[in-house]
Amino acid sequence: MLDVPRVEIRFHGRGGQGAVTAAKVLASAAVDEGKYALAFPEYGAERRGAPVLAFTRIDEKPILEREPILEPDIVVVFDPSLEPEIYMKGLKPNGMLVINTKKTVDQIVKLLEEHGLQKPRCIARIDATDIALKHLRAPIVNTSMLAALVRAAKVVRLETLEENIRKVFAERPHIAEANIKAMEEAYNSTEVVCL
Amino acid sequence: MAVVEEKPREEQLPTRKKKIAATGSDAAAYAVRDADVDVVAVYPITPQAPIAENIAQMIADGELDAELIHVESEHSAMSAAVAAAATGARSFTATSSQGLELMHEILYIASSLRQPVVMALATRALSAPINIWNDYADAMGMRDTSWIMIFSENVQEVYDNLVQAFRIAEHPDVLLPVVVTLDGYILSHTTEALEPLDREEVLSFAPKRPRGYRPVLDPDHPVTIGVLGAPNWYQEVKVQQALAMRESRRVIEETGKEFGKRYGREYGFIEPYYMDDAEVAIVTLGATSSLVKAAVNRLREQGVKAGMVKIRVFRPFPAEELAKVLENVNALGVLDRAVSFGGALEGPLAMEVLSTLAVRGITKPFISFIHGLGGRDIFVKDVVEMYQKLLEAAKSGKSVTRTLFYGVKSRKGHII
Amino acid sequence: MSTNQEKGFPERFLGKKYPETMEDLPIAAIVPWPGSTLDVTTHAWRTFRPVINQDKCVRCRLCWIYCPDGAILEVDEEYTTSTGKKYKVTFKVDYDHCKGCGICANECPVKAIEMVPEMK
Repeated sequence: MLDVPRVEIRFHGRGGQGAVTAAKVLASAAVDEGKYALAFPEYGAERRGAPVLAFTRIDEKPILEREPILEPDIVVVFDPSLEPEIYMKGLKPNGMLVINTKKTVDQIVKLLEEHGLQKPRCIARIDATDIALKHLRAPIVNTSMLAALVRAAKVVRLETLEENIRKVFAERPHIAEANIKAMEEAYNSTEVVCL
Repeated sequence: MAVVEEKPREEQLPTRKKKIAATGSDAAAYAVRDADVDVVAVYPITPQAPIAENIAQMIADGELDAELIHVESEHSAMSAAVAAAATGARSFTATSSQGLELMHEILYIASSLRQPVVMALATRALSAPINIWNDYADAMGMRDTSWIMIFSENVQEVYDNLVQAFRIAEHPDVLLPVVVTLDGYILSHTTEALEPLDREEVLSFAPKRPRGYRPVLDPDHPVTIGVLGAPNWYQEVKVQQALAMRESRRVIEETGKEFGKRYGREYGFIEPYYMDDAEVAIVTLGATSSLVKAAVNRLREQGVKAGMVKIRVFRPFPAEELAKVLENVNALGVLDRAVSFGGALEGPLAMEVLSTLAVRGITKPFISFIHGLGGRDIFVKDVVEMYQKLLEAAKSGKSVTRTLFYGVKSRKGHII
Repeated sequence: MSTNQEKGFPERFLGKKYPETMEDLPIAAIVPWPGSTLDVTTHAWRTFRPVINQDKCVRCRLCWIYCPDGAILEVDEEYTTSTGKKYKVTFKVDYDHCKGCGICANECPVKAIEMVPEMK
């Protein structure tokens, strides 16, 4: 558990990768654990492939702030091809980057430096695309990325997330189970480095 | 010595409902399901569509035994909802923005024929330019249609307000349609904690009345609904309607109190926030209230005596209640999310609040703010800035005689 | 009216049949009993009145069909024409509701209906 009363998380993905659902499932898990949560997407003209933003706020107390998250504690990046300037924007100096990439942590740091961006305090890297392709046969990385997020920041328990995935896919249990397998592999293979 | 066994703690506490995560659209659909609505006539439009989708799913899954009428437009949706109510059915519809505009003609007919239709309105800006995001232009456009209008601040209120709406609308002393708003996207698509009630509880709180308690279309006992009202009687019908709207205050109040007694969440016409000792206050509506509350919290931490008033019931307008809480402030602002173009002030809510005070001889330094049109994000810091403007007004004792548009991209600065 | 009260409508939904003030007016001007149109006469609109020549009339019922106000009445009344032809029914005009539009006279295939000026 992060040692702050409120966690603000921003998800960056592309249409079809499930960023909006991820934000929702995370909020749902937080509510199940007795916390308050708010999850909302930034809506535009939705289409597959377009950059998508979604937000989750988690707090011990009721949440009044409905504004978009400009200074997140954590950014979760679903797609390595997104511009670092966009996803690193506003990330708190002691914040965390959770990123789906084939790059090593050193290479990520180098990439950020090349773009003249401030380094986050911690980086969690995972090759979620490979895991998703293996278990789901589709590059839908949201469940793997949630597992990586939970491994790195422990905002909710992995089991609560898994219960919620089972709820989402209540009518298609085999899909739920494939996602849970992906989550478990993602959880175990996430590499967290604090700089 | 005998040991008195203590009861486990949980058993002594009133049973709490399990919280679930739900969007405003989910909450609206749950309320419709739990109120056992008979007829749903709805045409999809963004951002209301998930309400219609959820209800259709519930009917398909057998969770709700209702007639879903597939209409070809919102004009037909409202017509069908009115006709269903006229047969004595519990009738529901939902819409947004342009859909509400297309319904407009029938909005008056619903209320004038005194048919207790309940509607969820996912608020959305009006074209042009075409825009699917939140503001209150659509809701404000129906303020004179004689519908009872209840604004929701969060997902829980969407559910609670809809449950109360059925009881209010169908009350024999009211018989007026009720609209419950949920801010487009900001509530309709936002996931939050929700504590729904059981269906039995909802049906005991808002019971379905026997079909013959009011005149309805019934082949065995024919009545005429929708007669010609010539100049000799039209005015009296309208005055009856105005009186019914006044009478509804009592029922709305009772209903909110009773809800609190049963489920621990009491509802009034307004919700004052830190108003006991407030020196400056902002009045607003809907989910925007959350942001203003957050700004008040921030200002209170800095020692500024800020307060806010949320208008929950916009029609009938809670003039008495509002005047009472605003009596002692030094300066007052109203934050609108709609424009009354060319108005004495351009904020529709600002005009309501001002006439409330003026007719009671209360004058305060006053500022009308407009922000957040067409989904433009209002940030807490913007609201804090409005409070600072009000502190200046309190000091100088002067009102700003024109409405201030905030957050504008202009060469003249962000306040126009 | 009594049927509606038996049904349970409170008094205030009913009002008076002929209201004098707002308080007597049924809610939303709903008329809570059937057949109210019969009480409203529309004969004053008429300039010409249709008069049916029962001798010429062949009982074809076309006037009854075409009348937009339902003001042609088919009455169970036997009639014998001057030539001795017997009919079981007679067609009459409801002069309380006939507006004098003349459609019946126009449609009559045997010209049995004459439009006669109203004498005022």
